[in-house]
Amino acid sequence: MIVRILGEGQLEVDDSAVAELNALDSQLEAAVDRNDEAEFSAALDTLLSRVRALGRTVEDSALDPSDLILPQEGATTAEVRKLLADDGLIPG
Amino acid sequence: MSVMKRVSMIFRAKANKALDRMEDPRETLDYSYQTQLELLQKVRRGVADVATSRKRVELQMNSLEQSSTKLDRQAREALSAGREDLARDALSRKSGVQGQLTDLQTQYTSLQGEEEKLTAASQRLQAKVDAFRTRKETIKATYTAAEAQTRINEAFTGISEEMGDVGMAIQRAEDKTEQMKARAGAIDELMASGALDDVVSGPRDDIQAELDRMGAGHDVDSELARMKAELGQGSAPRELEGSAEPAQAQQAPASAAQPADHQQAGEGQ
Repeated sequence: MIVRILGEGQLEVDDSAVAELNALDSQLEAAVDRNDEAEFSAALDTLLSRVRALGRTVEDSALDPSDLILPQEGATTAEVRKLLADDGLIPG
Repeated sequence: MSVMKRVSMIFRAKANKALDRMEDPRETLDYSYQTQLELLQKVRRGVADVATSRKRVELQMNSLEQSSTKLDRQAREALSAGREDLARDALSRKSGVQGQLTDLQTQYTSLQGEEEKLTAASQRLQAKVDAFRTRKETIKATYTAAEAQTRINEAFTGISEEMGDVGMAIQRAEDKTEQMKARAGAIDELMASGALDDVVSGPRDDIQAELDRMGAGHDVDSELARMKAELGQGSAPRELEGSAEPAQAQQAPASAAQPADHQQAGEGQ
């Protein structure tokens, strides 16, 4: 499974890690919904450091789309909401 | 649905929409490659912009550091001259300068981080663009409708995700440098207008002026006395009012070394 951390690039993560990452992702989602900046920031930090620890860097020249994409380090709930909006942050 | 999954689906949806707009798959490849090259240029310009901003902050930090050293020296001079009030003034200004320095240090670190991230992004994108070019030529050479379409879609989706990511990274860096530019510009303007002269070394440095008065006062007075003595001895005495004499003697006690001075001071003026 390929996971992208925005601003950092792609990592290959074993499928066995999906359950753990999903649980962390639920916390992230709940924090966005509640607009809880502190909890969001903590959840994102945990999620990012788990992905970095579990993942192996994908070669720069690979052209594979990611299965999961994570917000960049230091992102805010407002930025994530914009990212999730249809005509939000993503250019193109 | 999970945040991670939703974000990746949005990226894919954007890529698919772009693919749908293209009629000829080969056209997609060439058009996309052009866009990739343009984005590469943009990310390189982004790196240069951040570097410029970082250097500007660095220059301001240097000048504030000089100012801090100067205020420290002034405080010492004032203290050794027994002027604790002046020393206190200098030290409180120094603490203001230190506060600004800390603020600039934070900005500097942030710009440095942004520069590193963009440089890495630029390298990643370069590698992907090279890979895309190779893939593009292979696909064109073995072009058989259905199979090629699938391979084009894969390559296009992969690179457009990277491009979206890099595009956002450039935007974030631009936002950050704009903020820095505005703040750095504000400090420069304050310096130019003289409003920061009190904090940053400038022409209206009243602490230095006071120290200079204290230090140079003796020299000026004694030199004046010496010149007056010379003039008084070398040329004919002129008839001038000596009304300033008592005040002058009070202001410059150091010059009243020789008794003859008093007499000639009024005349030689």
